[in-house]
Amino acid sequence: MTAIQESNIVRLPRGVRLREDKRRGGWVLLAPERVFQLDGIAQAVVGQVDGERSVGTIIDRLCETYQAPRERIAQDVTAMFAGLVEKRVLEVA
Amino acid sequence: MTHSQAHDVQPPMGMLAELTHRCPLQCPYCSNPVALERRRHELDTATWRRVFAEAAELGVLQVHLSGGEPALRPDLPELVAACVDAGLYSNLITAGVNIDRARLETLAEAGLDHVQLSFQGATPEVTDHVANMTGAHARKRAFAAEVTAVGLPLTLNAVIHRINLHQIDDFVDLAVELGARRLEIAHAQYYGWALVNRAALMPSREQVMEAVERVEAGRERLQGRLVIDAVVPDYHARLPKPCMNGWGRQSLNVTPSGKVLPCHAAETIPHLAFWNVADHALGDIWYDSPAFNAYRGTDWMPEICQSCERKEIDWAGCRCQALMLTGDAAQMDPVCEKSPYHDEVQTLAVRDALGVPDFTYRRFARTTEGA
Repeated sequence: MTAIQESNIVRLPRGVRLREDKRRGGWVLLAPERVFQLDGIAQAVVGQVDGERSVGTIIDRLCETYQAPRERIAQDVTAMFAGLVEKRVLEVA
Repeated sequence: MTHSQAHDVQPPMGMLAELTHRCPLQCPYCSNPVALERRRHELDTATWRRVFAEAAELGVLQVHLSGGEPALRPDLPELVAACVDAGLYSNLITAGVNIDRARLETLAEAGLDHVQLSFQGATPEVTDHVANMTGAHARKRAFAAEVTAVGLPLTLNAVIHRINLHQIDDFVDLAVELGARRLEIAHAQYYGWALVNRAALMPSREQVMEAVERVEAGRERLQGRLVIDAVVPDYHARLPKPCMNGWGRQSLNVTPSGKVLPCHAAETIPHLAFWNVADHALGDIWYDSPAFNAYRGTDWMPEICQSCERKEIDWAGCRCQALMLTGDAAQMDPVCEKSPYHDEVQTLAVRDALGVPDFTYRRFARTTEGA
């Protein structure tokens, strides 16, 4: 499993796009010959990825929105990003 | 939603757009039908543009621009742009032997999202032999380098069978060397041309087991660097493949002349009538055409499937294969160990694996009509 540091800047690689799925509702991550249907939390996290923000900044921003301990949010976010990096739909800049 | 929803039909996610059946390669397992559609019957640019817009409206997210060789269509960049305009993710499925750098850049600028490049072998000897085209391998390698240089994500696709099955490790290395993010290792599926060539392609059970191990080893070796997706072999299995993840459930296929099929082999089922985009809106075809509703859901299944806990996992397997091997498209896929035909299929696989015939290469039939 790839370790994600809070100082890392993550981005969606070319060929991966986040978009709304109006017909079915919700948001999807479109990747080479695969579609990831995101739940509300995944959408909120991936929606923060802009290729400029660090993982730490993304966690801070999510802390403002969600009333949960920072440690817990940090754990969830880094685990989610590590999983997406593994699937080659997210990359560390 | 005004369409009939008797089966609680979900909208499709993906669409395979076969832009042409013309191709410079002659792979003996081609997924196109043995009766190829000719150039003069191909849909024009405006019709494809309409089809892409209707597909997006219907709920399709990804379009796979395929063929034949889609790059033989001079209007390919316009078709990519039409996908982009409709908000669709565009994937080019190509043999990579006839796209130069300038054309590739035009496609990238038009908004192409991804390239899937086929390799018939991991070495020049095997690729050129299987594709029946001298120099094909070298051209593909050069094209792969251009794809990554332009910055487009690349998937390598390798259809494997008895002739190239020993090259799995080499395909993995080739994918890494060429900078692919993803590798598809797909066992040949025996429809159309591959059915004609089954005795020249069928691997032995031992080879299939070895292949599964090599794919798994490659995955472990390159975890996080290369995604390896595998399409499982069929005849030697105990359980059927969940063909298309269910008939008319997630995807549709539009042929060069505009016929809309639940899968690319569906025309082998002779009693089904396929509606054409020239006569019907894509949404009407998806929800209301008899062909799409013929094997939707589970109601049509034989009793033994209906009472099976895997009915919504396997979807009773493949309709075309059921027809081909049992004479009845509404039978369970005979690959399933619960099928009365299961032993027959296994025997047939073992027999074909011993075959030594030459390939019958994929070509347009000779005719006085011309292409």
